[in-house]
Amino acid sequence: MNKELRRKKRYQAEKRFQVYGIIAISLAIFFVGILVTKIFSDGTSAFSRTMIKTEIKLDADLLGITDINNKDEVENADYYTLIYDEFTKSIPFSNDEEEKQIITLLSPDYEYEAKDFFLKNKNQLGKTVTILLTASDDFDQLHKGNFPRDIPEDRRRLSNFQLQIYDQLVKENKVTKVFNNYLFTKGDSRDPELAGFGGAIIGSFFTILICLIISFPIALMAAVYLEEFAPKNRITELIEININNLAAVPSIVYGLFALGILLNVLELPRSTALVGGIALSLMTLPRIIIPARASLKAVPPSIREGALAVGASKVQAVFHHVVPLAMPGTLSGTIIGLAQALGETAPLLLIGMVAFVVEIPGSPLDPSSSLPVQVYLWSESAERGFVEKTSATIMMLLGFLIVMNSLAVYARQKFEKKWN
Amino acid sequence: MNLVLILFIIIFSFALFFFSKSRIQFYAKNNHQFKLKALPKFYAYYLSLWCALPALGILILWNIFEPNIVKYLIISKIESNNLSSLSSDQLNLIFQRVKAYYAGNFTGELTNEIKEGAEQYKRFLSLASSAKVTLFFLSIVIFTAIALKKVASNIHAREGVEKIIKVILFTSSAAAVFTTFGIIFSLLFESIRFFTTINFFDFIFGTSWSPQKAFISDTSVELTAAQLKELNEAFGAIPLFAGTAFIALIAMCVAVPIGLFSGIYFAEYANRNVRRFGKPIIEILAGVPTVVYGFFAALTVGPFFRILGESIGLDVSSESALAAGLVMGVMIIPFVSSLTDDVINAVPQSLRDGSYAVGATKSETIKKVVFPAALPGIIGSILLAVSRAIGETMIVVMAAGLAANLTINPLDSTTTVTTQIVMILVGDQEFTSAKTQAAFALGLTLFTVTLALNFIALRVVKKYREQYE
Amino acid sequence: MNREAKVISKNVDVFYGNKQALFDINLEIFKNEVTALIGPSGCGKSTFLRCINRMNDVIDICKISGEIEIDGFNIYKQGVDVVRLREKVGMVFQKPNPFPKSIYDNIAYGPNIHGIAQNKQELDEIVENSLKKAALWNEVKDRLNEPGTGLSGGQQQRLCIARAISINPEIILMDEPCSALDPIATAKIEELIDSLKSSYTIVIVTHSMAQAARVSQRTGFFHLGKLIEMDETDKIFKNPNNKMTQDYITGRFG
Repeated sequence: MNKELRRKKRYQAEKRFQVYGIIAISLAIFFVGILVTKIFSDGTSAFSRTMIKTEIKLDADLLGITDINNKDEVENADYYTLIYDEFTKSIPFSNDEEEKQIITLLSPDYEYEAKDFFLKNKNQLGKTVTILLTASDDFDQLHKGNFPRDIPEDRRRLSNFQLQIYDQLVKENKVTKVFNNYLFTKGDSRDPELAGFGGAIIGSFFTILICLIISFPIALMAAVYLEEFAPKNRITELIEININNLAAVPSIVYGLFALGILLNVLELPRSTALVGGIALSLMTLPRIIIPARASLKAVPPSIREGALAVGASKVQAVFHHVVPLAMPGTLSGTIIGLAQALGETAPLLLIGMVAFVVEIPGSPLDPSSSLPVQVYLWSESAERGFVEKTSATIMMLLGFLIVMNSLAVYARQKFEKKWN
Repeated sequence: MNLVLILFIIIFSFALFFFSKSRIQFYAKNNHQFKLKALPKFYAYYLSLWCALPALGILILWNIFEPNIVKYLIISKIESNNLSSLSSDQLNLIFQRVKAYYAGNFTGELTNEIKEGAEQYKRFLSLASSAKVTLFFLSIVIFTAIALKKVASNIHAREGVEKIIKVILFTSSAAAVFTTFGIIFSLLFESIRFFTTINFFDFIFGTSWSPQKAFISDTSVELTAAQLKELNEAFGAIPLFAGTAFIALIAMCVAVPIGLFSGIYFAEYANRNVRRFGKPIIEILAGVPTVVYGFFAALTVGPFFRILGESIGLDVSSESALAAGLVMGVMIIPFVSSLTDDVINAVPQSLRDGSYAVGATKSETIKKVVFPAALPGIIGSILLAVSRAIGETMIVVMAAGLAANLTINPLDSTTTVTTQIVMILVGDQEFTSAKTQAAFALGLTLFTVTLALNFIALRVVKKYREQYE
Repeated sequence: MNREAKVISKNVDVFYGNKQALFDINLEIFKNEVTALIGPSGCGKSTFLRCINRMNDVIDICKISGEIEIDGFNIYKQGVDVVRLREKVGMVFQKPNPFPKSIYDNIAYGPNIHGIAQNKQELDEIVENSLKKAALWNEVKDRLNEPGTGLSGGQQQRLCIARAISINPEIILMDEPCSALDPIATAKIEELIDSLKSSYTIVIVTHSMAQAARVSQRTGFFHLGKLIEMDETDKIFKNPNNKMTQDYITGRFG
């Protein structure tokens, strides 16, 4: 009987062990699920922007325009006062405080939006027109349902009066959501409703471009040397040890290096994609060298021997025959390395790519930010509106990463030859 | 100017290539007794490479070293002009002012010294510029002439070209070594400056970290004994080491069990479908940028724990070590899981067969035979994961606190080495400040520790592989 | 001669995926005898051996039909406890596979799993007895704590035999146990097999006909998944009934 009992216990232990494994895997998948769900649920609202429809009279006197063909007058007209007066006119208020509260329902950009509108509709001068203006961040968040209304007024971002106006406008169908193109076209801004990651995308693009230009050729050449030409001596060993070590160095150390040497000694321009790209390329070098070597190693010796037998030199055999065959694996590894570089934040923080960059950078020598740095910067902000923007930026970043990783897998599967 | 030179050399060497190629082809065709030892194109390559590469190399090296040499010359001039002796940092300051004046954005008191200095700076720069251009063209002429002579003597041009290629390849791979040296150099340089002011042992063993308390942080100024003492007491790094270790520990407590069990399940029990879908999903965790984890930890996990804690009466910081450690652990899961899977798979089937034949169940076989056999490899992978946890920056910057307190309470907030490095360096820095230098000292410590961990981990894994190969 | 059939195979077919490896195997293995299975490479003799202790269960694509009875009980019946089966039927493999543990722990592993020993003293006894029966005790008794992998090839194989014996099985299956060993070690193992048969029923797969002739009492000849002939060893080697057997014995093929 004792043996029976023991055997039963052993089988129970077996079952338990399997269950632990399943629980572990389920937990990990669960974490992935929460992460993705949270990001997407927070981020999708960033792709729309709340606008307020209002009627204004394009009063020539208020604007200070006598001749619509006079470029100077049109350029310098007082759009600010026009909107201020016309908008506050459209809503009843009883004191100065309330007047201020009305105008703060609009995004501070309203004068530029009015100007853009007028430039397209100059012939409407003097007439009453309907115009859409971007709502302020608080209004926008309220409309998206992110602000609880049932808390006491002094803990709210919007006063009771402003809530009244909101309800009234909604009733009059004057509140609408449009696709938020600002998200993609604009740079950073202090106002969440006007902020976009356009600048960050371009910054990331330049940074990764420079990283690619520097690291790919050097890494490929290094891999070819180590795999095909290097003699088995101490120097080669030293180089290989170095490469393996560099692959494991924390990214922040590369940031310190960039700060100390690139900025301090070489005095390259701070906050630029150029420096960021150089720093990241050093980090990416070993990440390309290692898969490139693996691909080169996988090419069978028979290929090399075949080339040599026809009278090619070693260099010719390697470059004409071996390297092309190793390309799929190398490119795949490069894309993955670049994907990792795209997500790097710490080194870029240290070289100053944290600048508040409003202008979309035009070249790698302009101050810029990058997608992950933008996430970092916005996550530090208090405004609720930045939460959705940050999540949207993360969605963008993850989107790029998914595309790049899929590309890498596809490239490898489609083009790599299986040597049996 | 540099751009012009670079464009020039590119165009010139291209032209030289085509020109010489056609010339050599023509020559070979019309002189039948003359046997070329290589294809014409190789002679052309030989010529154009020897023309372009040394010149470019000179250009690059000159541009790297010129600013510092000019600076050195100006500073020694200033030094010799001055009657009283100045410290190196004061000289540096004067030089910065000279540069600013030269560039036209100088604000402040304009002294004769600065004006003269600017004049000399201008002179040196133009001198350097002319010297650079001269050397550049000189090198083109000299090396091209040498190469021409060699070509005329009908060398094995292809071998010559291939030698050049091999040198280029070697230099590329040496780039890895250069990088390592660059990193070590940049860390050491600033760290040494730091340790001339701050006592090394006060740094490593001191228990109070408050760099902002150090009012007098400009190390270029002479400090009184009292000020020095105060400075030394502000940079005790123990709380940072403790915080780093603590959060890493929490992370491992999450990552190791989940990673080990999922890795073992994948290796021993999972059917094809579970492997095909489960593994990639878990790999996603490894591909998510750490800043995303940081955001998630700061905005969701941290407040979640705080609210949870409040509801049962505990005082939980919204930047708790628990939140940061948990999220970091999730990030590390795929490292442990993947490596465990590989290592377990590498254990030979014959060992399992031997155990099954004696009547052991699968879990008994795994627990008593497979796992112990794979242990060195698993330990190696855990060490690598720890190294990753220690070096992690963004999660802790965004989710852990800035409070350098020694605590073993996971509900408290604590700071890490990496967080402090970021906090010190984001913002304006003067490189003469002890604060800035401290960041480099911390970086050096981090680099050394992770390097040591990786080294040990690789040794352990190597020994394990030797058992089975 | 009153012989008890220990293992009876009835209409056993074995498939690897779609490929059939064994065709309708019917044979008997008698108690306390050494039965040899011979045949050219790939004829299925190892596959059949592994059916007897259900080691083929470990291979996903392997499917078995038919019955194998041990002491009258069909081990392929639904719900059979494989762990119990393997307590009764031990196995020694072609390449010695000691665990990377000490010699002592290698032997103690089985008894520990099954809870055979009540205390350390009993365990020590089991280890000593197993090693003695495997003719290894004298060589290792002073170094029981050293790793089992540090022994020579022949010693490792005897260690594996001792490990198989440690849980007191009734049947020992041996899959080409000497093919990785030198002639001297082989001779020692053959001696050992002979001494073991009085306590155990032994089935040995071997590609060496000479070995089969030396150690076994009955021999079965397999070819391309079929059992061609099974009889007393003497008869098979001196006067086989089947021509194919005759050809194999005389070296015409295989």
